[in-house]
Order: sequence, then C-alpha cells, then structure tokens
Amino acid sequence: MNHPGLFDAMLCIAKRDLLIAMRRRADVLTTLIFFVIVASLFPLGIGPETAVLRMMGPGVVWVAALLASMLALGRLFAGDYADGSLEQITLSPQPLSLLVLAKVAAHWLVTGLPLVIVAPLIGLQFDLGADALQVLIASLLLGTPTLSLIGAIGAALTLGLRGGGALLSLLVLPLYVPVLIFGAGAVEAGSAGLGAAAHLSLLGALLLMALVFSPWATAVAVRIAVE
Amino acid sequence: MSINWFKYSSPPSFYPLAGKLTPFFFVAAALFTVTGFYISFFVAPTDFQQGEAYRLIFIHVPAAWMSMFLYVVMAFWAGVGLAFNTRLSSMMASALAPTGALMTFIALLTGSLWGKPMWGTWWVWDARLTSELILLFLYLGFMSLQAAIDDPRRADKAGAVIALVGVVNVPIIYFSVKWWNTLHQGASVSLTRSPSMAATMLTGMLIMALAFWMYSFAVTLMRVRCIILERERNTDWVKQLMEQRP
Repeated sequence: MNHPGLFDAMLCIAKRDLLIAMRRRADVLTTLIFFVIVASLFPLGIGPETAVLRMMGPGVVWVAALLASMLALGRLFAGDYADGSLEQITLSPQPLSLLVLAKVAAHWLVTGLPLVIVAPLIGLQFDLGADALQVLIASLLLGTPTLSLIGAIGAALTLGLRGGGALLSLLVLPLYVPVLIFGAGAVEAGSAGLGAAAHLSLLGALLLMALVFSPWATAVAVRIAVE
Repeated sequence: MSINWFKYSSPPSFYPLAGKLTPFFFVAAALFTVTGFYISFFVAPTDFQQGEAYRLIFIHVPAAWMSMFLYVVMAFWAGVGLAFNTRLSSMMASALAPTGALMTFIALLTGSLWGKPMWGTWWVWDARLTSELILLFLYLGFMSLQAAIDDPRRADKAGAVIALVGVVNVPIIYFSVKWWNTLHQGASVSLTRSPSMAATMLTGMLIMALAFWMYSFAVTLMRVRCIILERERNTDWVKQLMEQRP
C-alpha cells in the first residue's frame, strides 16, 4: 500500500479544510463583511472630510483587516478540537508543525486572501490614490499570512478555554503590532512618495520568520491543548 | 564531594530555602533604597539642562531595566519548565510575572511623569515607549492565559509558549533607541564606552537598580512560596506544615 508522503498529507489537510470552509461559506463571508463594516465605521465616526480620511485610510484599512483576521482565528482549530479530529491529526506520523502549516495556509486562503482582494475597494472609500492602493495590496499580501501564522499560536493556546475570543485578542494583538506598524507604514510611505521598499522588505522578513517559527510553536501549543 | 545541583529543584527543599533567603533580600533592598534615595536627593547634582525633575531617572531607569530583565528571567524559567517538565521552574515563572508587570507599569508611569515637563507631552508613540507598552501587554497576556486555564500543568506549558514567543520583544525595546529615530534618550550607559552622565548620578542609578533587584528577589521568593503551598497542598509535607501552624 502506498504510504502517503508528507506533501500528500499536507495537501489532504488543506483540501479538507477548504472543503469544510466551502460548505460553511457563511462563516467565511462574515469575516469579510466585518472587515467592510468596521472600515466603514471610521468615516462615520470621524467625519467625511476627504483630507482627513486620506491620511487615516492606510491605518484604518490595516486595523480593520487585522481585527477581521483575528476574529476568524477562532475557527482555525476549534471545530477540529471539538469533534476530536485535531487529536487524530496530532497522532499522525507526519510532523505536526507542517500539518499545522497546511491548516493555516488553507485558513489564510479563505479568510486572509478575500481581505486582500476587497481592500482596494475600501481604500477607494478613503480616497487613496492608485499607487497607494498598489502598496496596500502588496503590504496586505505580505501581512495577512503573517497575521494568520502568529494568530495560529494564540488560537492553539486558547483552545477550549473560557474567555475565548477576548483572551485570544489579548495574547495575539501585542504580537501583531510590528506587522501593523510596517504594513500601515508602507502604505503611508508609498503615498508620500518615499518608497515603500523598506517597509515591504521588513514585512517580508516578518513573514519569513513567522513561516519558520510559528508552525513549530503552534504545534507545541496544539499538543499542550490536546493532552 | 559531588554536589547535587538539583537538590533545590524540588518544592519541599526549595520552600524553606526561599523562606530563609527572603528576609535578607528585603533588608538588602531597604539598605540599597535608603542609600540610593540619599544619593539621588542630596548628593547628585542639579542637571544642567533638566533641573531637578531629572531625579525621576533614579526610579524610571531601574524599573525599566528590571521590567526587561524579569521578562527574560521569566521566559527562561518557563522554557526550562517546558523543556524539562519541572514544576518548580514554571512556578517561578508564574511568580515573576506580577512583579515584572509592576516594574513595567512603574517605568511607563514615571516616564510619563518625566516626559510632561521635559518633552511637553505625557506620551508619544515612539519605538521605545510603544515596545515597553507591548511588554506590559505581554506580561498581562501571560497572567491572563494562566488564570484562564484550570489545569496547572497545562497552564504552565501554555504560559511558557506565550512567554517564549514574546521574549523577542525585549531586544527590540533595548535596541529601539539605536534602530529608530526616537524622542527617547539614547543609551547613556554602555558596557564598552564610558558613561555620558555624571559619576554620582550613575552611582545613584546603579544603587537604585540593585535596590529594585533585591526587592524583586524578595517579593518573587515570597510569591513562589505561596504558589508552592497552593499547588502542593495535597502532599504530606504541606499537610504537616499546616498542622504545625496554630
């Protein structure tokens, strides 16, 4: 019998998560709708003056994307933890960190990538120019996977705990701050004409570090939660 | 004679040791504090630029140093507890967290009180202040996570993961004034260059740092004794201890 290799196992987990997400599209869409609504709340609260909105736009879009991404984290492991499949995944012979990486990748595809696609439309609401929108897309493309990876650590640590979402936010938001600073900073630098290369490079560095260390930390956290 | 290095890694042998050491650390802290306050108020000269308000440095800098140091120590013990599955190491990490959070809060508060007369503002979002604020959130997150988990062993391990993930913030705080253009003053004290402040000021600051360190030792040892009694309450040695008390 063919023993499934590592890549097959990762693909299998990713496909399963994508299938489950597709069957519960409402869960996925609520994240997106939350993003749009939160980003729309700021102009309503601060006033419609275009100059102010253009200045705040990058930060607001980034904070809204960050909060939406964090809200979606509750769904990353909770379903599998509740019905026991997470325990079965930890028992597999494949390295848990890579299986977790596959889960996070599938999760990003259904929660992070839609944010990246819709963000330019929100950016238009804030009267951001074309080059600012380009940098916004690039920064979110680099930033949202980092947020999913870092958030996965928090999601695994808070599995099955009371306090749930608020505790997850308290754990994960301090770790999100560098990504937010460089992400919003990239867009502001881009629209000020200073060039976003430095910020985007640092965002890329954060993504690479998260790719290397976060699956391992998440796997440790999953084992702690499951035992 | 071979030394058993691990004798004090068991709660029943560490508990009395901590009890014996605590008074010494309190006395040392008191002595250093009195000396430090004397120097800071009566010996250190008035600053050329800042006048008398600079004397907050004698609380602000030691508190900030301790906030970073205690986090690293906490992450170290939490890591040891996670790797070697030792209970006492994790208890030590849990004991360090509230003191570390207090030091961070004192650093932020005294910094804010100093910033108003010096910079004209209570707060500014520069790299060092922001990263110190994040340190406070990391401490609070560690304490909340441990409070939310009922099983103490799971709480130890989960706390260890979050403490170790957050330890990357400490070098960021330390190097923030070097890496970024910040309003906060750069490093005046270095291991490789001579200090850029008056000798009496430096002495006072170092003595106050020692005072804060001795205080942290004393309070943490007291707290870890409480945690030991709580966690080990079903063991014989704790039951005997409780019977001996009136």
